[in-house]
This record gives sequence, C-alpha cells and structure tokens, in this order.
Amino acid sequence: MRYLLRRFGHAVFLLVGVSLLAFTFTTLAPGNYFDEMRLNPQIAPETIAALRTQYELDRPLPIRYAHWVSSVLHGDMGFSFAYNSPVLPLLWVRARNTLLLTITAMLLAWGIALPLGIWSAEHLGRLPDRLLSLGTAALMVIPDLALALGLLVIAVKSGRFPTGGMVSLNFESLAFPGKLGDLFLHMALPITALVLSVLPLLLRHVRAALAEVLDAPFLLAAEGHGISRRTLLYRYALPAAANPLISLFGFSIGTLLSGSLLVEVVMSWPGLGPFLLEAILARDLYVVIGGVLLSTLFLIGGNFLADLLLYWADPRIRTEASV
Amino acid sequence: MRVKRAISGWLVLLVVLHATVIFAGFFSPYDPAEQDRKNPYLPPMRVHFVDARGRFHARPFVYSLRLHEGSFDQYEEDTSRPVPLKFLVRGASYHLLGLLPARLHLFGVQDERIYLLGSDSYGRDQLSRFLYGGQVSLLAGLLGAGVTLLVGLCVGAVAGYFGGWRDDLLMRLAELFLALPWLYLLFALRAFLPLAVSPLQAFFLIIAVLGAVGWARPARLVRGVVLSAKERDFVRAARGFGATDAYLLRRHILPEASSVLLTQAAILVPQFVLAEMTLSFLGLGVPEPVPSWGSLLSSLQQYSVLASYWWMYLPALIMLPFFLGYLGLGGELQQRREPYKIGKEPGGLR
Repeated sequence: MRYLLRRFGHAVFLLVGVSLLAFTFTTLAPGNYFDEMRLNPQIAPETIAALRTQYELDRPLPIRYAHWVSSVLHGDMGFSFAYNSPVLPLLWVRARNTLLLTITAMLLAWGIALPLGIWSAEHLGRLPDRLLSLGTAALMVIPDLALALGLLVIAVKSGRFPTGGMVSLNFESLAFPGKLGDLFLHMALPITALVLSVLPLLLRHVRAALAEVLDAPFLLAAEGHGISRRTLLYRYALPAAANPLISLFGFSIGTLLSGSLLVEVVMSWPGLGPFLLEAILARDLYVVIGGVLLSTLFLIGGNFLADLLLYWADPRIRTEASV
Repeated sequence: MRVKRAISGWLVLLVVLHATVIFAGFFSPYDPAEQDRKNPYLPPMRVHFVDARGRFHARPFVYSLRLHEGSFDQYEEDTSRPVPLKFLVRGASYHLLGLLPARLHLFGVQDERIYLLGSDSYGRDQLSRFLYGGQVSLLAGLLGAGVTLLVGLCVGAVAGYFGGWRDDLLMRLAELFLALPWLYLLFALRAFLPLAVSPLQAFFLIIAVLGAVGWARPARLVRGVVLSAKERDFVRAARGFGATDAYLLRRHILPEASSVLLTQAAILVPQFVLAEMTLSFLGLGVPEPVPSWGSLLSSLQQYSVLASYWWMYLPALIMLPFFLGYLGLGGELQQRREPYKIGKEPGGLR
C-alpha cells in the first residue's frame, strides 16, 4: 500500500509541477490575446483595459497562479478568450475524441506486438524472426509525419477511405450499426498511422525482454523437467518478462499521446491536436494550459495504471511495500 | 571489429548525404526561391535514354511538359523535341557554404527548365527546395542536439558530482520534463514565444525550444555515469593529491560520459529534425520563403494538393535515407557501448 501511496504522491507532484511550469512560461510570453484586439480600431481601449482587469492579466504571477489553482480545484479550468466560454467543456469534447483514438490504438498495438514479439523471440535468429526485425527496422526509419501523410496519399488515391473528420455528413440519419460502421471507417486511417508508429518500438522490446528470459537458466531447468513448450512460454517465461513490458506500457502512452497530436492535425480528426494548435495561434492562454495539463493528466493516469499492474504482477514490489 | 566497420559504413553514408545538402547550391539546378509562375504543380520529369522513335541517346534527356489539350492541370510530354541534360553547367548564381560566390551546377538544361521532382504552386523547383530545406532542417537538428547535450552534460555533471539538494532539485525537474508528452511540451513552449518572427529568429527559437524540451534524458544518463565514475579509485587518488572539483570533472569524470553522449547525439539528431519538420509543417517553425523539410510537406494539408499532385509527397520519401543513416549509426553505437543488450533502452525523447 505504501508503494501505491508513494506513486500517487509522485503523480500529484508531477501535476503541480507541470501546471507551475506552464504558468511560468506565460510570463515569458511577449504579447497576449488582447494585444491583437488592440489593433482593431472598433474596440475601445477602455474595453480592452476592462477585459484585462477582468482576466487579471495585470496582477502578479503568484496571485494569478493561486487563483487559477483554486478555480481548477473547483472544476473550472478558466475561460477561453477566443470562444468566450469556459475551457473545460470545450476541452472535454476534444479530449474524448483523442482518448477514443489513443486507447483504441494502444489496445491494437499491444494486441499485435505481444503475440508477434513472443513468436519472434521463440524463433530467435531464424528466417521469420529476421524478416520481422527487418520490417520493424524499416518502420522505425519512417518519421511519423511522413507515415501519416503517406497513408493519407494512399487513401486518397484509392478513394476507399474518408480522409478527414470523425463522421460523415449524414451521420445523424444513419441507423445504429451504420453509425458504428461510419465511425470505424473514419477511425481506420488515424488508427493505422498511430499503431504503425508505436508498433516497432513495442515489438522490439517484447522480443528483447522475452529473448532474455528464454535464455535464463531456470527455463532450461524447467525444460529439463519435461514441461511442455506452451506451458513453458506462457506460464513461466511471460510472467518473468512482464516487468519491463509493464513499464513500457506506461511509456507508450506518452508516445501515443504525442503521436496522436500530429496524426489528428494531419488527418483532421477533431481531437485535442487541432484544437490546441488553433489555441496557440490565437494565443488563447487558458486553453493551451488546460490542454497541456489534461494530456499530462492522461499520461499520469496511464502511468499510475502501469504502477498498479506492476504491483499486481511483481511479488517483489508487494513484499517491499508490506515491510 | 564488425561493429567498428558498421559504424564507419553508416558514417560514410551520412557524410555523403550531408554533403549533398551542404553543397545544395551545386547539386540543385535552381535557386529555391526562383519562381516560374507559368508552370505551377508540374509533375516530375522522367529522365529518358530512348526517345519516342525508339532511338537510343548516349546523353540522357527529358521532354518538357505542356498542358494537355482542353485541360488546365493535366500535363503531357512534348515528344517532338528532346531536351538533353547538360552536366557541370553555369546557371543561377549562389554562394557556396554561404561565402564563395559560384555559378557552377551539377546539371541543367538549355533554354527549357528541368523539374526532376516537379514544381510547387509557384513553380519553384522541388528538388532545389528539398536540398536547401535540408540545410535548415538538418542544421536545426544538429544544433538542437548540441544545445541539448551541452545542457544535459552540465546538469548531469552538477547533479551527479555534487549530489545533495542540487541533485534532488535537478532530477525532480528532469522528471517533470520527462513526464510530459514531448510534442505537447514542444507546443506549449512554442505557444508562449512570439508567432510572427523573421526566418533567422524563428530558426534560433526552434533550436532553443528543442534544447529546452530534450535535456532531461541526457542529463539523467550523464548523472548515472558521473555517479559511478566519481567513486573510481583513480578519481579518489587524484582527489587525494588535491585535485580541484573542476579539474576532476574535466579531466577524469566527464570523458567517461563521451560514449553516452555520442549515442544520445545519434538518437537525438533525427528526432530533432523530425521535431523541426513538425513545427514547420504546422506553420509554427521557419516561415516562407525559406524552405524547410516541414514546410515542403505542409502544402499536403490542402485536400486538392493531396488528391491531384501526389508528387508533393516525394520529399518525404527522399529524406528517408537521412533517418536510416542516423538510426543505423545510433544502433551500432549503442551496441558498442552495451554489447550484451539487444536494444533494451528506449532511447531518446519520445
């Protein structure tokens, strides 16, 4: 239990740190949303001054930070200048779409990487393993941006896939199965891009972790006892190799979140990516801070999940915790 | 031995590739900003040896493209007159390495214009833009990695060598930077810097942002090396002889970190090139008319370009050897450092 508490404390520390960091950067920023407003001759300077006071842009940083934190704790992430509405509902709609994309891609990527990696480690050094390694190396060379754009080019050429958005125009008029199919069709392209961008990393680590365990003396002994190959692999080798893979699981969340930011922009998926980009270009301060914070929250949540898994999977951590 | 040969092989590949970019003026037929408004979105020209009548030419040639009858964007080859390729011709003037004025180009054609990778919306030569854009993107990657490693080295050395509260403070900060998804961090940093800047300012801004994003991982690695190195016997002996901290760090401890730094550099450079590309692609990086690999691809954000002018994607394919070179080099360097591990470390900032 103490282990989990410590991890939880760590997560809170990270969140506070990130928010503090994001806020500090705002003071370094030359210019803000209202500077652009000032260029508009139809808006009176008094209005802008009033708005500045209303949003407390004239107050010193620590006070603004304290106010912001207390409002976040009350479930209010600030106010978007550009949309003239609270940030949280705006962010939440986009974040939902991002999560849909990221979680699906995560499950799919691990679903492919685990069996393939195990199979590859089993046939270490033989032809299929070599081919697979070559394939992962080739995939690793392709930068995410080139990968996403390439998929898009292929999709447009084939004309089979929709190339943007989340649903078709006639989505509302479709029956439920049709709706689901439409959503899947739109998801296919961004998901493929995301899965292909993390797959080589996962595959290599699964293969390496398992290959290391398969080499261990205890497995040789177990094999000598006449335990069947299947049992050996799934009952003995896999749990022993699980530890680094669970850490990798937490790590892959960050990679996927970053990757999805780019993929969303390229494929115009209505997620956090395009929204954040828009907010940056408009200097919409609280939206940017909120978006970064929300993504950190997802990441930390995922890492905490990984810690829980580790607690469940690794008896060493449990005994250390109970002491 | 094998590793050593592999490393030099990758190095040769990288040097050759970088040379084409460094001497972009020589290898590209035109100035990257030179416009040919009458020929927007020209498809790539094919280099022929055999002409339309089946006759073989020793000197390669291209056919110039003309508009298909009754269409406004479909081109066809004008097979009546081959345009022979000339090598080492005098053409648009440029400055070699930004200093030496020169007019010599590797290849070119007379009277007509040649577009081996096609042309963009202003009729600018995509090949020239790719080569010149490489200068911006690769330099950003290299300098960004340099800044990152320098910061990482300093932070890691201080944290590892002096320990105590400095170590705690710096490593907590490093954890913060490692915890954030790196693209979000890049975005957040870029968000709070001025948007409309000159290309040169933008370039240095990007390098600074890259350095700020990436320093945490090298710092942690260097700290680890320093921690183990400072307990080595010869270091203790040197300290016993009255060596100062600065001398110990410089002479005995930091050289131990060189292989870590080298490996990190090979991993970081392509990632930073990619980061620069991403920023420029999204319009947050180096602005037009200066080409960069990211802005070369950014025209693909328009659906019409994507659907009709597929060759605008070609630069993405041509830059793959660069990434391959760095990835191969990084892998071999890592293997040299840890010969028994099968690529365990999820290197770099990702």
